[in-house]
Amino acid sequence: MTPGDPLAVPYREREASPDLNRLDTPVAGTEVEGDEFFTINMGPHHPATHGVLRLLVTLEGEMVRDVKPIVGYVHTGIEKSCEDQAYWKVIPFVERMDYLAYYFNMMAYCMTVEKLLDEPVPPKAQYLRVAHLELNRIASHLFWLATAALDVGAVTFLWWGCRDRDYVLDLFEMSSGQRLHTRYFQVGGVAEDIPPGWVEKAREFIEYFPGRLDQYEALLDRNEIFVQRMRGTGVVPVERLQELGVTGPLLRAAGDPWDLRKAMPYSSYDHFDFKIPVGTVGDNYDRYRVRIQEMRESLKIVEQCLDGMPEGPWITDNRKVALPPRDELATSMEALIHHFKLVTEGFRVPPGEAYVPIESPRGELGCFVVSDGSSKPARVHVRDPSFVNLQAFPDMARDGLVADLIASVAMLDPILGGIDR
Amino acid sequence: MPDSTGLELIAQDVREKVGEASITGTHYHHEQATLEVEPGAVHNVLSALKPDWEWLASLHGCDYLPEEPRLGVHYQLLTRVRLDRLNVKTRIGAEEPKLPTVTDLYPTAEFHEREVYDMFGVVFDGHPDMRRILMPEDYTGFPQRRDFPMGGEEVLFTFNEHELPRWYDK
Repeated sequence: MTPGDPLAVPYREREASPDLNRLDTPVAGTEVEGDEFFTINMGPHHPATHGVLRLLVTLEGEMVRDVKPIVGYVHTGIEKSCEDQAYWKVIPFVERMDYLAYYFNMMAYCMTVEKLLDEPVPPKAQYLRVAHLELNRIASHLFWLATAALDVGAVTFLWWGCRDRDYVLDLFEMSSGQRLHTRYFQVGGVAEDIPPGWVEKAREFIEYFPGRLDQYEALLDRNEIFVQRMRGTGVVPVERLQELGVTGPLLRAAGDPWDLRKAMPYSSYDHFDFKIPVGTVGDNYDRYRVRIQEMRESLKIVEQCLDGMPEGPWITDNRKVALPPRDELATSMEALIHHFKLVTEGFRVPPGEAYVPIESPRGELGCFVVSDGSSKPARVHVRDPSFVNLQAFPDMARDGLVADLIASVAMLDPILGGIDR
Repeated sequence: MPDSTGLELIAQDVREKVGEASITGTHYHHEQATLEVEPGAVHNVLSALKPDWEWLASLHGCDYLPEEPRLGVHYQLLTRVRLDRLNVKTRIGAEEPKLPTVTDLYPTAEFHEREVYDMFGVVFDGHPDMRRILMPEDYTGFPQRRDFPMGGEEVLFTFNEHELPRWYDK
């Protein structure tokens, strides 16, 4: 089934196997003088590619004529590993896909399993999930801001972005004990109620952070170099983005207000009042503005979450799915049996297939789970937004300068852990 | 999601447009509507559905090992007008699996189809660039198939390079 026997070709020739013929032919509609094309590799190890992304770039002078993204360098077979774990042990695996938006991976996976189990999630758990998701969105966008500004020359942003992200990570540490990859969401709810003091600390952050955002905007928006590198670069028509299935801030920056939180609300998102920022032109500047504004909207959601936090349990009381409370183990025989069953075998999920999409910081993050009735999933597939959005990258970079290509990668915000899984 | 009646109506509509044999079944579970389609008819069915379902949200491959036909490919369609989702599913055997590409209808399918080829070995006829995407180009086997073993892959490090003499000549 493999076309030809690849092992018959010597290694050094196979290394050059990406088909260059298509790249060497002139792009239709461009004037070519003397066929002066130059094909170079950018990456896989390049500081501005946000991970191990390899770009095969065809240059004519300083103009980019074609780009081919080559991925797979951090493919670790997470989806394959998931098939060997009990349902609740898959959560830490999927978290490590898109490693900046780990709550979103957990959320998509947990919601899919809950759908297969027909397991309702208590209102308090839904609110806690939303609060953490939106804080994670801020953390993810802050890290994007830090690295993207670094790419276009604003070096100190790396420290500023990470400094504010640390406030969010402190909150994660308080609620779950971990700063990254928290495993906080469980099937049926969340692992633990938020501790005393969490709400106050979150409110401190809500109060503190808009001022910082104003500073960042002032620093970047009034920076002649930054604005010149952002305005009018990397424009892709909105129709083309829709064709390519691009979602998230990239699509919204082009003026298409598609956001699953509004369009198909899940986990009580319809209880909150927030706006969807959209751009007008769809250039890199709009992408930057949309993400900055999204952080403000996320703050609004977190605040409403804290104000309206319902009372009640934070995880389902279905003992077949969720662990019994610790204190019951010493007194209740049944709790002990359930605990033993869950920890050794895990719960069984009735056969079926489900696909649940949510809105991650990068677009539609969908999780597809096939269950064969056992306690391990038969297939876990994640539709990662970075993976799909990367297809739009050649369109963004084509017929621009090399410097604009760097700016476009920064504004594309690809997470290679999510692309390669 | 269309409810089960809506799903039957869609199926009826597709049968009229594409042919009686194109649809092999409909399933409605967990509020998810699934249209099961004959593998050869995938392209025709999707082009009949395209006006109503303008967005291909995702494309998955999966392996139902003990069952036959073994492999499954799922097309997650989305309409942003009526805010609805529909799953189109097809089943093919693991011997020389071939499907028509849908990249001409939904250009977003390009990477997805490459991933399904990479992981399950399903060849999409007419795909502009049918190569592996995540695994190395010279890789043999399709790792997401359920009979593909976990682990056992020799990983090359500096410390064990001498145990794999002239690995680069292979």
